[in-house]
Amino acid sequence: MAKLYSNPSPKNDKLLPKDETISYLLNYSKALSVISYNKLKFEALLN
Amino acid sequence: MEKELIPDAALVSNYIKGDESALAVLIERHKQKIYSFIFSKVYDRDITEDVFQDTFIKVIKTLKRGKYNEEGKFLPWVMRIAHNLVIDHFRKNSRMPKFDNAGEFSIFSVLSDSSLNAEKSMIKDQVESDVRRIIEELPEDQKQVLLMRMYNDMSFKEISERTGVSINTALGRMRYALINMRKVIEQNNIVLTN
Repeated sequence: MAKLYSNPSPKNDKLLPKDETISYLLNYSKALSVISYNKLKFEALLN
Repeated sequence: MEKELIPDAALVSNYIKGDESALAVLIERHKQKIYSFIFSKVYDRDITEDVFQDTFIKVIKTLKRGKYNEEGKFLPWVMRIAHNLVIDHFRKNSRMPKFDNAGEFSIFSVLSDSSLNAEKSMIKDQVESDVRRIIEELPEDQKQVLLMRMYNDMSFKEISERTGVSINTALGRMRYALINMRKVIEQNNIVLTN
């Protein structure tokens, strides 16, 4: 019986972002506030 | 399940009004499509993760600044942002995506295409024909030794036997053949590099 030396290729069927990325984005969104002053807009990151 | 029924446009408008949970629903709903779209362009998990994150940072900023106008649909808009960021990524790295077999080992690191491309093969033909022409310019005895050595792959011993001269004479003719060829090349400014 011939030996197979090749590794099975890892399956990429689950193409999803990491949970950390999602939670970072949600926290970023909560922390970001845009302050309008007259016609100017300021971004402020409140952590 | 109830949240699934809320259209994107309503979620976007809720988010702009301050409902943070609406963003979570939007990301949850579209993350797979956007992530796969980016991955299909860059073929790298880490870069995909970065581009995905940057895409949504841009989305969040635009929405919070109130610059989003519901002209089209939410998903195509996010896709366009992702697409632009992928282009930015390749511009920054100024290279084309390379296919990685999703592991430490890449088959392309051991396989290479050694065949010449069309331009290089034309140059090679040109160089070879130039060399042939220069050889034709050589005196007959030198030409004979050079052809036997380089084109027929004969040893100097065989050449000396065939031409009826000593090995040293054959070596000397070869030496002069090369010197003369170099002279002709220099005099005529012939470029023989590929």
